[in-house]
Amino acid sequence: MRMIGHIAVNVFKESVRDKVLYNLVAFAVLLIAVSYLLGQLTAGQDVKIIKDLGLAAIATFGLFIAVFIGIGLVWKEVERRSIYSLLSKPIRRSEFILGKYAGLVLTLLVNVSVMTVAFYAVLAYLDTQFAETVRASWPAPATDPGMLKAIVLIFVELMLVTAIALFLSTFSSPFLSAALTFGLWVIGHFNADLRNFEAVVESPAAAWLARALYYVLPNFAAFDVKSQVVHALRVDASYVVTTALYGGVYVALLLTGAVIVFSRRDFK
Amino acid sequence: MKRLYIVLILLLGGVIGLQAVHEQRGGVPAASTPGFVYVRSPEAMKRLALSYDSLLADVYWIRSVQHYGGTRLANDPDAKYELLYPLLDLTTSLDPRFNVAYLFGALFLAGPPPGGPGRTDQAIALLEKGLQAQPDKWEFAENIGFVHYWWRQDYPAAAAWFKRAADMPGGPFWLTSMAAVTLAEGGRRDSSRVLWQEIAKSDLEGMRNEAHRRLAQLDAMDQIDQLQAAADAYERQAGRPVAGWDDLRRAGYLRGSPIDPTGTPYRIQSGRVMLGESSRLYPLPVQTGR
Repeated sequence: MRMIGHIAVNVFKESVRDKVLYNLVAFAVLLIAVSYLLGQLTAGQDVKIIKDLGLAAIATFGLFIAVFIGIGLVWKEVERRSIYSLLSKPIRRSEFILGKYAGLVLTLLVNVSVMTVAFYAVLAYLDTQFAETVRASWPAPATDPGMLKAIVLIFVELMLVTAIALFLSTFSSPFLSAALTFGLWVIGHFNADLRNFEAVVESPAAAWLARALYYVLPNFAAFDVKSQVVHALRVDASYVVTTALYGGVYVALLLTGAVIVFSRRDFK
Repeated sequence: MKRLYIVLILLLGGVIGLQAVHEQRGGVPAASTPGFVYVRSPEAMKRLALSYDSLLADVYWIRSVQHYGGTRLANDPDAKYELLYPLLDLTTSLDPRFNVAYLFGALFLAGPPPGGPGRTDQAIALLEKGLQAQPDKWEFAENIGFVHYWWRQDYPAAAAWFKRAADMPGGPFWLTSMAAVTLAEGGRRDSSRVLWQEIAKSDLEGMRNEAHRRLAQLDAMDQIDQLQAAADAYERQAGRPVAGWDDLRRAGYLRGSPIDPTGTPYRIQSGRVMLGESSRLYPLPVQTGR
């Protein structure tokens, strides 16, 4: 466990050295600039749009970090040949994979946390710019804590994307891993269509295959409750817990697969 | 290194200078085609949006506001606002709970040319779409009644919608009496005033502004009636129509030059009193009885 921790901290430090956290500045500038400009363009919908934009930006910045760093976690070590010196030390291959994963998840956690603080800070400022009568018409306060449910699910989604990228990078090139991860992320948003595929095809085999894919492929649409929290619609805690559990089990599945593939790789 | 910095600054100056030249020459040549909505199918757009449907709805809402405002400010008498409904349709399909898009959108669509496309059918369709998405939202039913009342002068339909809105959960009681008044004396200025006074209490600033403008129009219509009565009296007395406000002042009907509630002078032509075309209240709605 200590070994996993050491590797994780090193991955985090490396991402800081690689200036990954610069995206936080971009996020803050984006939100502040947009909140300043929006008043002229949106006919009074500033707060809704900042909420939509902030949540979408947290998800997007995180997605790019998860994919583009996730695909390089293993590949970089192999490419630099540093994997030989690493594996010659008393580190198990499973610890290597889990440590790399935990390091990137830690980077994402710091990113998402800082972006969340910046997001709420901008909303708190916007809140002071409106009269009480206007605030009363909003479906939820500007700094509604209910939005944290969406952010928690975004974070679990990013954990899943990272696990996919890491799994693919254990046996594939970075370019192919990135393409496949993005592909799975896109397909994961069409999950509902796979479920209803039998309504549009006549072939029972095709319908069965679609139904099988519906259960097997990651259902990314389930993690998206951004619109619901912005409109202050009810998102049950039980939904958040079961969806997070689904994400957790899927992550465990992918990491197990990554460990198996990586353990069987011959680096001689 | 120092030289490189100098080159960098010179190149930056060059870029800024060329941009200024570009601006002076009028920028990009005007496109011959008007603005365009590449994807008009809400279903296709919902799929393409992945998890960004709310954000895309915001983008389409901003485009709707820009399209409406830009077309209106262009003061083109032939303006058709062709993209307005497709943009609002996409906005509300991507985010079916974007209430402002339904309410403002209907106002935008129903306004008569040149201030709007005058498409009351589309305004009603948009609000009915809102009602399908949120069947308990009495404000949508109230606004459908309002479109029938104000722009279509279809008072039985307006009364039916006001009644339906009143019967919905949370529907205000005044809508029940409004339904009765609309049926009994629809089109009267007093009942229109009651309706706009209620809308002026809206939480939405844009709705309040519109209501205040419409109330000022009703005030202007009252003032025009009074001025017209004076002009008619002068004509009966003098045996000729009023040529200008001086005639009425000399005859003791007026003290100064009459102005509308926005401060723009009224016009009089061939004995008929009318609103100045530069007034923010122009054009007045279809004449309603007092």
